Amino acid sequence: MNGDNAYRTLGPRDLRLELEALYADYTGCLDEERFEDWPGFFADPCLYKIVPRENFERGLPLATWLCESKGYLLDRVQAIRKTSVYAPRRVRRIVSGIRIIGWSGDVLEARASYAAFETLIDELTRVFNVGQYHDKIVVDGGALKFREKICVFDSLLVPNSLIYPL
Amino acid sequence: MEGLRWPREGLTRIPFWVYTDKDIYAREQERIFQGPNWNFVALEAEIPRPGDYKRSFIGDKSVVVVRAKDGAVHVVENRCAHRGLQFCQLHLGHANEIMCPYHQWTYDLDGSLIAVPFRRGVKSQGGMPAEFSLADHSLRKLSVARRHGVVFASFSDGAEPLEDYLGAPILELFDRVFDGRGLKVLGYSRQLTPGNWKLMFENIKDPYHASILHVFLLSFGLNRVDQPNRVVIDAKGRHASTMTWRGEQKRTEANLDMRSLIEDLKLNDPTMLDPVREFERYTVCMTTIWPNLILQQQSNTLAMRQIITKGPNAFELNWTFFGYETDDEAMTQRRLRQANLMGPSGYVSVDDSEMMALAQQGLGPAPESAAVIELDGPAWREEEDHGVTESQIRAFYDYYRKVMGL
Repeated sequence: MNGDNAYRTLGPRDLRLELEALYADYTGCLDEERFEDWPGFFADPCLYKIVPRENFERGLPLATWLCESKGYLLDRVQAIRKTSVYAPRRVRRIVSGIRIIGWSGDVLEARASYAAFETLIDELTRVFNVGQYHDKIVVDGGALKFREKICVFDSLLVPNSLIYPL
Repeated sequence: MEGLRWPREGLTRIPFWVYTDKDIYAREQERIFQGPNWNFVALEAEIPRPGDYKRSFIGDKSVVVVRAKDGAVHVVENRCAHRGLQFCQLHLGHANEIMCPYHQWTYDLDGSLIAVPFRRGVKSQGGMPAEFSLADHSLRKLSVARRHGVVFASFSDGAEPLEDYLGAPILELFDRVFDGRGLKVLGYSRQLTPGNWKLMFENIKDPYHASILHVFLLSFGLNRVDQPNRVVIDAKGRHASTMTWRGEQKRTEANLDMRSLIEDLKLNDPTMLDPVREFERYTVCMTTIWPNLILQQQSNTLAMRQIITKGPNAFELNWTFFGYETDDEAMTQRRLRQANLMGPSGYVSVDDSEMMALAQQGLGPAPESAAVIELDGPAWREEEDHGVTESQIRAFYDYYRKVMGL
């Protein structure tokens, strides 16, 4: 894709394909645990949050994860790699039902359902976290990047610990 | 519970069967959660208006905390007096009366039964017997105690007054956070940990691990045993508190044993951790209140951590984060940012939930064995001026054994 304006002129079908590629690259990066590449999917400044539905719907500001800048994202990666102590696990994310809400100025708003599955040693894979992405996407350096990504999860009860991003 | 005998070493051992045995669990429900104790159930700020309610738990039993029209707070068991349905299925809500959806038995906001459909029958047929009295079929009403915006409840009417129950040293620490100012709820976090509920108390009552396990905490000097520490335990051993002061991020002779300390650990965005001095003296104060509450003050992040038992092998930890009505926007933002330290994704607390899961996995198949609680032992005292101690855990089990008859 050449130039920031090229995305704006895409028809809905082509834009959808671009978004599908973005989400596939995003979840692929996380599923393969290339966490160092994860902040690269975000614009600067950016906002990333994981929020239980009960807080989101009641307008309560508390997030389970709150990242207010790329620095926060890097700090989460540092925790995963260096400081947190946790049992080994695999998390796989499935994104489905991507909906284009529309452009508002330079910002493309989209929603999608996601499901994350967690596999711990000695245990069968379980549904770990299910919810909806509320995303604001911009064109940055010729590519689509998340200006804002809010993961609102339905399953209010987190199965023990949420260590990797969604 | 035949054959279960506490190890002869006494205070310095915890037999692993206390974390897994079904009969022990049943006795805990009966003697502890339904016993003469004050269980945290809500903050008044969650139910500010008449008719507001909150669904909560005491042990296995669901309860509903309701604000009545006269402003009083009632707590009733979430179980219809008719056929036992759990009628309330919302965490928070508003109602003018309580009605079970099955047969529409209807209760006043204090839990008194006020109406039963078809009480007099239909066309002179059926209906309740003439001697059926509404007054005999209220929801089960609990005793309630409130202090400075915090609501406690008890299934027993034999609990001491709340202030006596907490005792002077713990009451002072409680009032340090709850000083009468209006509270503002910031939000909730809930996690299900595959471990026995007592492991959660032990974790908070254990300043030893904080300096070893939590790389984040100790590297940034938020809580370390080479910093000033103070421990207080109530006279019976059931409640306790650990207080510390923030120190520096540097390697010294006193922290040589803290192998995980990373001297050059830096935050890419330091705004996450930009605490301001808010309370007198300690920068951290973690208080455990028997039998279901942890009151957390770590820098500017304040939370009630309510422990909800889910069988012997799991518990839910329900976090209610809050601030004060008087907080300005910057303070609220600061609390929300520091909340990254806590909860199911907390930079600090993730380590704990993971360790508790590993503990349950390890001790579950070994009821014949026991935990070793020797640090600073073998006894416990009501006050310590250091954190290199497991005395709070010994005190907890000292009391637990008396209540449980073990």
